[in-house]
Amino acid sequence: MSKRSIVPFGPHHPVLPEPIHLDLVLEDEKVVEAVPSIGFIHRGLEKLVEKKDFNEYVYVAERICGICSFMHGMGYCEAVEHVMGVEIPPRAKYLRTIWCEMSRLHSHLMWLGLLADAFGFESLFMQSWRMREKILDMFEASTGGRVIFSVNKIGGEMKDMDGDMLKGFLKILNEIEKELRELSKTFLDNKAVNSRLQGVGFLTKQQAHDLGTVGPFMRASGIDRDTRNMGYAAYSDIDFETITSNAGDSYARTEVRIKELFQSIDIIRQAVEKIPSGEIAVPVKGFPDGEYFMRVEQPRGEAVYYVKGNGTKFLDRVRVRTPTFANLPGMLETLKGSQLADVPILILTIDPCISCTER
Amino acid sequence: MKLLTFAKTELHNLFSKPATRLYPQEPRVYPERTRGHVENDMDVCVFCGLCSKKCPTGAIIVDRAAKTWSIKRFSCIQCGYCVASCPKKCISMRPDYTQPAGEKSTETFTQAPKDDQSAS
Repeated sequence: MSKRSIVPFGPHHPVLPEPIHLDLVLEDEKVVEAVPSIGFIHRGLEKLVEKKDFNEYVYVAERICGICSFMHGMGYCEAVEHVMGVEIPPRAKYLRTIWCEMSRLHSHLMWLGLLADAFGFESLFMQSWRMREKILDMFEASTGGRVIFSVNKIGGEMKDMDGDMLKGFLKILNEIEKELRELSKTFLDNKAVNSRLQGVGFLTKQQAHDLGTVGPFMRASGIDRDTRNMGYAAYSDIDFETITSNAGDSYARTEVRIKELFQSIDIIRQAVEKIPSGEIAVPVKGFPDGEYFMRVEQPRGEAVYYVKGNGTKFLDRVRVRTPTFANLPGMLETLKGSQLADVPILILTIDPCISCTER
Repeated sequence: MKLLTFAKTELHNLFSKPATRLYPQEPRVYPERTRGHVENDMDVCVFCGLCSKKCPTGAIIVDRAAKTWSIKRFSCIQCGYCVASCPKKCISMRPDYTQPAGEKSTETFTQAPKDDQSAS
């Protein structure tokens, strides 16, 4: 047996946008074990619920993460709405669906760029982010912000999108779809790219199930589960199929995310077609009393929001279980037996969002 | 598995305009809804203090006696909660961002004395 050595990886590493530390136990170049430590950017956002009233906390909730900020805000709002028994107008539900899918688009495009950057394909990274920029512009035109949207409130939405705006967005999405079809060839068919992705980081269906993975990471291992099927927002009216792959390697995760991009564009098209007219918010009276678990499918997987109210304007407890936290054990499993040079890509394929994880 | 899958994108890039803006020469045009900074129409304001109470970061200070409305520009997170809760609808969100500054300052606005009481 060769000598074991420990190589520290992170918290600051060129491939990681956010800090996470791994101690990699190596035998020659092969990783035998990875020991994670998290907690570098804990901000105490869950504790803050005792200081901010339940309406103000929407703005804290969407700051949990900069990428899925819309979905964090929405997940919290839906949880409080369920506690208070508020039924939001149908138009608000559709608006939430459209913004959710736009979030998924920009998150997956960002991930594709980061993946390209991790295996050293700079121009592919630039192309992915160029497309993402158009979606951020769409966000700015509709919500007023590029990262933090502040359009959710308890009882509906703060801003509406009129017919012309939605038509304009569809036109941009058609362009993006065309460009994406061209770009996905490079991700899925190119020999050089495939040599970095295929056959590395296997996670079997059984492992994915046992380790409690979520999102595209889980679906790439063949588990057919998507929280959107539970029908929150307007997803119950929209026709879509869960995208899965059976390969379970890094290539499968890329494939699942690329297919989800096309699916998101399709969901936005359906939502724009079906969106009803009417109010976008209902007035909310009283304070939340009771508790609720809300599950939302974020770009990275299923997030769980637990809200407990006590009949005053301050909530007792808010707990967020974020997708990256659930995916960390699965990621450590894929690292076992991999080469040291593959570690950055394997960490990236779960689409880690450490700010979410630590809150 | 193919080679040269990126060639089409590459050629297109060679003969198309840059995707980026030539920034200082070509200024950024903000969409109408951009949440840049908060403005208060001092002539309409009744100094009820609701915006100050609702502000999640405590950036707004309202003094009813002195008839002043102050905002800490660098504490404001442009969430728009004050705009939504203003009973007189005199607070509005403007597209341009706050200018960079060397130190965090508070901007104070004072209401001009009114001749006609019915104007408010």
